[in-house]
Amino acid sequence: MDQTTLNIIVVGLSFCLYFGIAIWARAGSTSEFYAAGRGVNPVVNGMATAADWMSAASFISMAGLIAFVGYNNSTFLMGWTGGYVLMAMLLAPYLRKFGKFTVPEFIGDRYYSTTARVVAVVCLIVISVTYVIGQMTGAGVAFSRFLEVDVTTGLIIASATVFVYAVLGGMKGITYTQVAQYCVLIIAYTIPAIFISLQLTGNPIPGLGLFSEHTATGQPLLVTLDGLLTDLGFNEYTTGSSPWLMALFTLSLMIGTAGLPHVIIRFFTVPKVADARWSAGWALVFIALLYLTAPAVGAMARLNITTTMWPEGVQGEAVAADELPDWFQTWSVTGLLAVEDKNGDGRIQYYNDNSEEMQALAAERGWEGNELVTFNRDILVLANPEIAQLPGWVIALIAAGGLAAALSTAAGLLLAISSAISHDLIKSTINPDISERGELLAARISMAGAIVLATYLGLNPPGFAAQTVALAFGLAAASLFPTLMMGIFSKRMNSAGATWGMLAGLIVTCLYLFTYLGWFFIPGTNMLENTSANYLFGIPPTHFGPIGALANFLVAYLVSRATAAPPQEIQDLVESVRIPRGAGAAVDH
Amino acid sequence: MAEQPNNNAYWSANIRLVTICLVIWAIASYGFAILLRPLLSGIAVGGTDLGFWFAQQGSILVFLFLIFFYAWRMNKLDKEHGVDEE
Repeated sequence: MDQTTLNIIVVGLSFCLYFGIAIWARAGSTSEFYAAGRGVNPVVNGMATAADWMSAASFISMAGLIAFVGYNNSTFLMGWTGGYVLMAMLLAPYLRKFGKFTVPEFIGDRYYSTTARVVAVVCLIVISVTYVIGQMTGAGVAFSRFLEVDVTTGLIIASATVFVYAVLGGMKGITYTQVAQYCVLIIAYTIPAIFISLQLTGNPIPGLGLFSEHTATGQPLLVTLDGLLTDLGFNEYTTGSSPWLMALFTLSLMIGTAGLPHVIIRFFTVPKVADARWSAGWALVFIALLYLTAPAVGAMARLNITTTMWPEGVQGEAVAADELPDWFQTWSVTGLLAVEDKNGDGRIQYYNDNSEEMQALAAERGWEGNELVTFNRDILVLANPEIAQLPGWVIALIAAGGLAAALSTAAGLLLAISSAISHDLIKSTINPDISERGELLAARISMAGAIVLATYLGLNPPGFAAQTVALAFGLAAASLFPTLMMGIFSKRMNSAGATWGMLAGLIVTCLYLFTYLGWFFIPGTNMLENTSANYLFGIPPTHFGPIGALANFLVAYLVSRATAAPPQEIQDLVESVRIPRGAGAAVDH
Repeated sequence: MAEQPNNNAYWSANIRLVTICLVIWAIASYGFAILLRPLLSGIAVGGTDLGFWFAQQGSILVFLFLIFFYAWRMNKLDKEHGVDEE
């Protein structure tokens, strides 16, 4: 059986599982559609949250992000996990106690203002649509790479799958599908990592293998890697630069993570406030299983590829072009890897040709530039099973895992979008008299509409798709997080303060991004060159989230002090959100 | 509101707990892993220093511990102050 057939079988089986769950977990009421009837066990919710959170980017790209930069990109590991501490202590339990269905609903009720609610809906939709584009393109690419169908067909199959279980089951269907998807993706990620760790260090736990001895050289693995990389003119793996910028970027990712609406609403599905607290911990356990493995996968893959290119060591001869391993040939077809024998010596020299020392050495040894001309970071995870010479079914599992990661995140985002439309716009603003059945139908139609829009945007990604991820995190950090937090921790915060604060955070962040990345990310319209010399205090646009959040906090504070305190019933509402007692009563509101 | 003083004590205990947890959160990630890394450079861990370990794994383990500790402590505080859900 060839690899493609095997991939189709494994992916097909995983899809059948998702369909089965969809039929079993149909939503019969709006409470089930928006919050899975608030009956989800905290451990189960933790697992679903982990799948909801870990996107195609976490699964396919993160190990590569770390591997190519080393220490400095630890920011992603800390930023995308540390946000859960903020969420667990500052938001999740209180929002669960509030006992409603959407994030804008809390903002609208707490700040007794439809304007605030609509501003929150706008923020939510911009953040979530931005995010979902990346998931849809990720799913399309995974399909085309592993199943040899074209990207368009792949994307339509992916959308149709999400359509079935999200429209039918709402949050309930999505929750249990996400649990299955988590199992698929964590198995797919861990198995190749265990084998690679065993081969390189003899330690079966990759996270520990990273800090163990490299069997072949008898030195610690990281010492071997640092040595090889510096010999080839690359930066040392374990040293970093600009610690203050690193700290700022980590903070930006943490606050952004805590403010992402599709993750926050997952905590509305558990029965009690105490469960919401535990559930955040379980979510991080399941996320950590992948995040503790990722840096090991990154470092080990970088070491494996470097030694493949220099089988006799850096002082010896480079690998002969006709002796490159099979996986090299396989992945060259996809365009993720490419070699070019520039000096025609039949060997492929891989080194950093921007380093002056290496240029001198290259001249001496007759090299004419780095010959591993394309080396995409995603290759580190995608080709891992082949690098470790694992059987075909493990490769098929990676295909199913990548799709599971993309689909689970897409479904969570689509639910956040559709509930904001059907619950916050239709039910609360446009047609308050809508019946329960009418609202459920509206929710399903919004979901279908959101999927069609996401598919369209996935097929025709706007040119700025890459930059918009920075926008999503920046906006979540600058708009939703501070407003939600102040709604709980400051009784004095009023409608005017929150609305102006949100707008301030939003506008300041957008202006800063647009200044360097172009108005609405249209290339060529940026007012200043996107280089560090132009940055305000040296802060790159990607690191701007915390500054936007600060603007939100400051403006909200000043405006709220200058205007009247919120009415007594709102202060009582804050008081009741702060204590867990009575959360059960909110179940059937 | 007869429960008011009780709730105030509960809320300030909560704020105190959150503050302590967030200080540890910040020291482990922004501190040990990034800004204070030079201070820890003398402590070797698997071919590198403790700061690198904190950046790649240690901080995540600290976050995990903090969330579970917070959940356990808060659920206990709920009962002590009579604001739990039963």
